[in-house]
Parts: sequence; C-alpha cells; structure tokens
Amino acid sequence: MTRALKEKIIKNILFVFALVSIIILALIIIFLFMEGVPIFGTISVKEFLFGTEWYPTYDPPDFGIWPLIVGSLVVTVFSALIAIPLGVLSAIYIAELAPPMIKEIFKPIIELLAGLPSVVLGFFGMAILAPWLQQTFDLPTGLNILNASLILALMAVPTISSIAEDALYSVPHEFKEASYALGATPFETITRVVVPAALSGISTAVILGMARAIGETMVVLMVAGGAAAIPESIFDSVRPMPASIAAEMGEAPFRSDHYHALFATGIVLFFMTLGFNLIADYISHKFKEVGSATL
Amino acid sequence: MKWRYFRQTLFFIIVRTSAFVIALAIGAFLVYIFVKGIGAISWEFLTEKPYDSMTKGGIMPAILGTFYLTTGAILIALPLGVVSAIYLCEYAKQGSMVRGIRIGINCLAGVPSIVFGLFGLGLFVVFLKFGSCILSGALTLGFLILPTVIGASEEALRAVPNTFREASLGLGVSKWHTTLRIVLPNALPGIMTGSILGIGRAAGETAAIMFTAAAFFTAKLPSSIFDEVMALPYHIYVLATAGTHIEETRPLQFGTVLVLVALVLGVDLIAIIMRSYMRKKKRW
Repeated sequence: MTRALKEKIIKNILFVFALVSIIILALIIIFLFMEGVPIFGTISVKEFLFGTEWYPTYDPPDFGIWPLIVGSLVVTVFSALIAIPLGVLSAIYIAELAPPMIKEIFKPIIELLAGLPSVVLGFFGMAILAPWLQQTFDLPTGLNILNASLILALMAVPTISSIAEDALYSVPHEFKEASYALGATPFETITRVVVPAALSGISTAVILGMARAIGETMVVLMVAGGAAAIPESIFDSVRPMPASIAAEMGEAPFRSDHYHALFATGIVLFFMTLGFNLIADYISHKFKEVGSATL
Repeated sequence: MKWRYFRQTLFFIIVRTSAFVIALAIGAFLVYIFVKGIGAISWEFLTEKPYDSMTKGGIMPAILGTFYLTTGAILIALPLGVVSAIYLCEYAKQGSMVRGIRIGINCLAGVPSIVFGLFGLGLFVVFLKFGSCILSGALTLGFLILPTVIGASEEALRAVPNTFREASLGLGVSKWHTTLRIVLPNALPGIMTGSILGIGRAAGETAAIMFTAAAFFTAKLPSSIFDEVMALPYHIYVLATAGTHIEETRPLQFGTVLVLVALVLGVDLIAIIMRSYMRKKKRW
C-alpha cells in the first residue's frame, strides 16, 4: 500500500467519525418522529398544537398541548426579563470594569454556576424558595411561574454572561482608543462603541440563554407547579413541555396514545430549540467580526 | 457636562451591582447547601445502602451508579469527540462541508436533555432492546456531552503552534504520524481539561437518564451493564418529590445535594485550575 493511499484512507475514516454528530442529530429526529407521529392518527396536528385541554389519562383523553406551550413560553419570557440584564451587565463588568484580580476570580465563579446540576437548583427552588414565596406573598403554593422564572434565570445567566463577555472582549482596542481620543467618557465608549460592535455576539448569547431556559427540564418539573392550564398571573402554576414529558413518561403505557403524544411534545420542543440554535448560529456567522477593518 | 459624569457613575453602579448580585447569589447558595447538608454527611451515609423505604441509611448505590454512568459516558464521548476534532482541525478543508458539520455540532449541543432522554428511550431501551440500564444511560449521556468534548478538543488542537506540524512534515513524516505523535501529545492536557468539564455535566444530568438508566431503588448493586442503577441526581429528585416522607427525609436530601454539588463542582474546579495553570505555563 502506498503512503498516499494510506493517508487517503485515514482521512476518509476520520471524516466518517466527524459525521457522528450529524448522524446522532438525524437519529434523534428519526426516533422522535417514529414514536411521536402515530398520535396524529388519533388527532390532527392542529388539534394537538392548539387544543387547550391536556387530560391524557381521562376517558376519552384530551391531547391539546397549547397550555404546555404557553407554560414553556411564559417561564422563558419571565426568566429572560431577569437573566438578560443581569447576564449582559455582568459581562460588561467582567470585560470592561473589573480589575484583573477580581476578573480572575469572577469568571470561574460564573463557570461554576453554569456547572451546577439543574436538579440541585430545582431542589433549591422547591425546598427553600417555594416556602419563602408562599409566606411572603401569602399564596396557596410557592411552586409557580415566578419561582420557576427566578431559578431558570439563575441557569441562563452564566450562558449569557460568558458568551457576551467573549464578544465584548474581542472588540478591537482601536475602537475604544478612537472613542477616547474624541473625548468620549468610558460610559459613552461602552454604550455607543463597544456594545454596538459586540451586538451580534450579545444577541447570540441571549438566544442561547433562552434556548437553555426553554429546554430545561428538572427546574420546571420541580418548581413550576404542574398545572396544565393557561396561567392568569405570575403566581399561577404551569406545566411547561419538558416537565410534562418527564413527569408522565414513566406512567404512560408503552406505545399508548399518551406515550406517542409525549414523544410528539418532544418533537415540538426539539424544533423550538433547534430554531433558536439555528438563528444564533446564523447571527454569529453572518456578523462575525473578522478584524477592525470589517466595521 | 455634569450630567455626562453623573450618568456614567449611575451606570457603573448598576453594572457593579448586578455582578455583585450574581456573586452573592452563588455564594449564599453554596454556603446554604453546605450548612444544611454537612449534618447528614457521615461515613455510614457515604458507604451504606438506603433502607426503610429510603427514609434511613446512605447513598452508596447512587454514588456508585453515577460513577458507572459518567465513566461509561466519557468512554463513549472521548474517542468520538477527539477523532471528530482531529478531522475538523487537522484534515478538513474549511468549506461548506465543515460548516455543515459545525452547525450540526452546535445544534446537538442545544438539544434539551429531556429530548436526549426520549431519544435514548426510543433507540436504546425500546428499539435495540437494551432496556433501562447502565449501557443505555451511558450511551445517552455520552452523546449528550459529545459537543462539549469536541469543542474542548478543537480548542486544544488549535493551540498547538503550526511550526510544530511544519517541522515534523518537513522531516518527511506523514500527516497521520505528525498528528498522532506531535500534535496530539501536545494537545492532550487541553483535551483532558475539556473532558473533565464533560464529566461534570454528565454526573449532574437527570432528565436524560430518567427513562434510560435510573431506578427509584435497587435491592442489589449492579452486576452488569444491563442492570438498572440508582444515580445521585435522580435520587435527589425522587426523595424531594415522591412518596410520603418528603419532610422527614429532608436532611437526607440536603446531604445528597451536598455530595452531588461537591462532586460536580470539585470536578469542574479541577478543570478550571488545570486550564489556568496550563495557560500560564505554556512550553511554547
């Protein structure tokens, strides 16, 4: 065997391995559809997505996941309201204001927060935050949208903060120097030069943070309360999609309508997060900063 | 003029406060978990099985189960991830093919863990008939942490200076040999760091193993990879949500939480320290 041939074979073997991620992604889609699509023999796609009744164990059962979709969106939006300002501002702090010493300590702390298992955060929300909320606001239960949003925000902050910090850090020095030379204050430089230059990175950070919140399971399973109804206030319980899948899959009889409906919910969840990720990927690729000459 | 500086001071106060709030939240959280959990920790707690329908005893089977699952996951993710990264960094021509693979990796990284759980249930447990067991759980977790391992390996490979490769190729060594003997050994510490972060992620994962590996309670310790196991994260979830002894077993729950947090953060901390040490002490 010639050396060139050997190299060629090795390259092709490596290529096959590199395709593994794509293959897994394809397998995920195939198996979700294989186990999820049979539900649409019982009800239509429209009834499934927009039906407002989720009573999978009743006779006859109702498989409308609209309350679950709303539940997911509501906790995601509220956690975004908390996590976006905290995440972006802390990124600005690390990138622009913090002295080197504090930066050395603060960055690993944020990374540690990202590494905390979600079941631990869920447990915290359940055992500590819930009783406190219940007492403070005099509620029937502390397991509600507010609690879930607070804990989810805690999970989304490190994602947003670290990606946004990377973006801010990679803004070329010349930009800042030019701004200072024109007499701008540090505040004006940050808000009018640095942040706009890093905007694509910050948007990516926000979208990925939201994707993480919408797909997070254990937190919403443990602290969102689990009521499959359209909420009316932030003190109502909800049942986001991941919580519904996690809570019911253990009890759903194998390959029953309920089992298929849960897989179909998984399909909806999968494509929602896939959408978020593709948008983030598009933004970060399209507006990639290649150097000071690009702006 | 005054407004300009007032505005700046105000903004800086807000920025510092939000950073402070996050640091405070993490600090308070860790201290609280430690204080509440340390009382439950004892030698018996770490080495005994639970008994009396899990209201007494220890968490040894769960620690062992988590160890098996994470070991299995990294054994699957590490070779696949490193080889993927070698292709992407060393061999591939940057073009639409590589771009496609990268989008795939990013999307895989964003798949919610519960969807991984459904996938593992559909493929390993049902289709391949492994049942709910260590093998199914380890495969699911391995795929879940694959993007983390690929990312870390790519970063480590890219940090190896090109002059190393050129020197080797210039001596007439083949590309594959150069990669294997020159690039990979130099990238190895970085790859290890990234894999450790993957281990931390796999150890804390709950939703992906709920239907694929984890058991409420097992009377015996697992004897093969086709046995169900208890796992620390799932144990916490079960104790905190199911059964009639939720309040009674609170100390056990806090103890288990402390063990899991110490395990995961310890592993992450090792990786973070290793990385900053390596960054300072580059041999090139």
